[in-house]
Amino acid sequence: MTDKPTTREIDELTGTETTGHEWDGIKELNTPMPRWWLWTFYATIAFSVGYTILFPAWPMISSATGGVLGYSSRAELHQDLSNLQTANQAVVNRITELPLHEILADGELTRFASAAGASAFKVNCSQCHGTGAAGASGYPNLNDDSWIWGGTVDDIYLTIAHGVRSATDPDTRFNLMPNFGADGMLDRAQIKDMVAYVAGLSGIEAESASPEAAQLFLDNCSGCHGADAKGVAELGGPDLTDAIWLYEGSVASIEAQLNRARHGMMPAWSEKLDDVTIKQLAIYVHGLGGGQ
Amino acid sequence: MTTSATDTAPTRIDVEAVNSAKTRQSLYAARRKIFPKRASGSFRRLKWIVMAITLTIYYVTPWLRWDRGEYAPDQAVLLDLANRRFYFFFLEIWPQEFYYVAGLLVMAGVGLFLVTSTVGRAWCGYTCPQTVWVDLFLVVERAIEGDRNARIKLEAAPWSPGKLVKRVSKHAIWLVIGVLTGGAWVFYFADAPSLLQDLVTFQAPVVAYATIGILTATTYTFGGLMREQVCTYMCPWPRIQAAMLDEHSLTVTYNDWRGEPRGKHAKKAAAAGESLGDCVDCNACVAVCPMGIDIRDGQQLECITCALCIDACDDIMTRLGRDRGLISYTTLSDYDANMKVATGPAGIDPANVRRPGGGWVEQLRHTNWRSVIRLRTLIYFAVWALIGVAMLVALSMRSELGLNVLHDRNPLYVLLSDGSIQNGYDVKILNMTNEPRQVTFTINGLPGATLTSPNLADQPTDAIALNVEPDLVLPLRIYVRASADEAARTHQFEMIVRAADDETVTTQQVRFEAPGSVK
Repeated sequence: MTDKPTTREIDELTGTETTGHEWDGIKELNTPMPRWWLWTFYATIAFSVGYTILFPAWPMISSATGGVLGYSSRAELHQDLSNLQTANQAVVNRITELPLHEILADGELTRFASAAGASAFKVNCSQCHGTGAAGASGYPNLNDDSWIWGGTVDDIYLTIAHGVRSATDPDTRFNLMPNFGADGMLDRAQIKDMVAYVAGLSGIEAESASPEAAQLFLDNCSGCHGADAKGVAELGGPDLTDAIWLYEGSVASIEAQLNRARHGMMPAWSEKLDDVTIKQLAIYVHGLGGGQ
Repeated sequence: MTTSATDTAPTRIDVEAVNSAKTRQSLYAARRKIFPKRASGSFRRLKWIVMAITLTIYYVTPWLRWDRGEYAPDQAVLLDLANRRFYFFFLEIWPQEFYYVAGLLVMAGVGLFLVTSTVGRAWCGYTCPQTVWVDLFLVVERAIEGDRNARIKLEAAPWSPGKLVKRVSKHAIWLVIGVLTGGAWVFYFADAPSLLQDLVTFQAPVVAYATIGILTATTYTFGGLMREQVCTYMCPWPRIQAAMLDEHSLTVTYNDWRGEPRGKHAKKAAAAGESLGDCVDCNACVAVCPMGIDIRDGQQLECITCALCIDACDDIMTRLGRDRGLISYTTLSDYDANMKVATGPAGIDPANVRRPGGGWVEQLRHTNWRSVIRLRTLIYFAVWALIGVAMLVALSMRSELGLNVLHDRNPLYVLLSDGSIQNGYDVKILNMTNEPRQVTFTINGLPGATLTSPNLADQPTDAIALNVEPDLVLPLRIYVRASADEAARTHQFEMIVRAADDETVTTQQVRFEAPGSVK
């Protein structure tokens, strides 16, 4: 540092004042800020003052100053959402009023309902059925053409609205498969025979069933699964002849189900979602590739 | 020696190059105003013509009509941002075809290389909007305030009603030009006649007014107030273009080899036993320069090669009865060669280049049009033309029936109750014509496979007939089902759309996924 930092010193080469700081003989020039920079700087100061008056800015103890314009990003989002709702209201009204098969006859309405249904599906249904609606063991795949409770759009609507084995909805889809093994309704040999018979219906490799098995099936199972074992949608009795199984399509799984039946449960969504959403969900699921 | 006309030499113009390298100012110094004098001559005439053409293109283009039938706008050039379409006369470009525009930009880039390596910064000097609009603003300035001397006088004069009227009217006209410039710009983005109607009745969108406002401000500021500072300080082109020049590019050059030593008293010098060059140091070249430079300092960053100094100097040379071209378009290599001829042990000596009895010595090189044809420019031209031809071929061969297919990712495949496998696809059929079209959707390469599509084909079929609206995309859900055996064998097939009217066919290869197909 120089001895007399207060003296003004002009650098000879540039004609600019120095700051008086010197390191190893190198002096720092006190070059003035460019004017454009300075004015931009002043402008930002003026802007910031105006901004803090007009908009929410200063943190207080429990909230922040509101600003004289009363702007809030939350209110703006709310406004945007309600604008969107107003814009869609006409279409939503038509979906509310029209029966499902008439909605399906209108391509525009179907596209709208399907898109809205897809979004509602991701929020409410994907936890069990998967984001692609492909299901999992015990949770039906909604993309295929095998429907336990019927695959028309009205069937799907009812299933969604009232659920399956819902404890709270009196109109819920309900059935129970007896525990043929655990409750001693069939003995071990009969169970084994029945497993072989059912496996044979859809070509699963198993021991061959005895000649009595067909009669045994008619006596015990046809009430729900149908005499031809092709299922009874009204009762929720699954088709046993097709390639699709709610649980695994294996000898062990069929035997387990005959011994002690597993039952899934689906909530009655009418308790949680409005009718339009359920309709949209039905349209979406119906359009996944297996709807009837 | 050509010194006979010395007595008629013009009086020296009292002007100093504002941006001369010798008197380079600090970047913090306030700008010194430039008052370019009006030039006249062949280059000035060329600049007027270029100005008229470029301004006409800019202002008139949005008003040109082009009939595209009832389903498309009839504006010849239209950037329809809302509908994501770009119309250019016979062309209509969809967003995914933007590479055609990219191709145009590549052509513009290579074209810039070509032009710059050939004729130097011709873009800067003649066609750059900054140059054209500054020229236009100067026309207004001259019409109101007079030429150079009158303007300097007015600038120095104290404020008076007369000065106020002149200044206000000048700025008012500049602003009107600015508004018209911004106004013309927005017409490229909407139907011009209806937008004009909306604009004057205050029905137009806010963004249109905002765009006009911003462009008015930039036009007024850049063209009226900042002028040469935009080129010198803001624009990257001077730096980039300089890199594209080589020693065979034409640049505006002061030919020291015949101009130096400069001086207006040739007789006095001759009496003293010295000979002077052709430059009479009249400063006409400096006075006309819109960039405020002295071309006699040599090639410099600020020079936009507008060639007005050539006009000014040629005028003087003609009046003096000397050869024109003391300042001329010359290549650096010719200039260097001539400088070698002219330079003696004591600097440039006019006696080295002049033949006794008049004319120039034979060793001198005179730049002519041949300088533009050389390997470099030919390569640039070839590349430029190649891209152009490739684009034309691509354009003429492009299909106006598009097919985009996206295979479902979740689930990849679905097992159906009869054991067959179903795959789902999001299919988009693009009708890029301006007529409604009937198309048939089929598949090929998956024996026995059938199609379904919700609502369009609920029962399995092998062809789906569709109507596609003009200039629109038709989105479809397509399900393809194939037997388990076939699905295990074939993982690739093609989807086909065929237009009924002209048999246009577009196909796309598509995957068919089945258990075991994904490793």
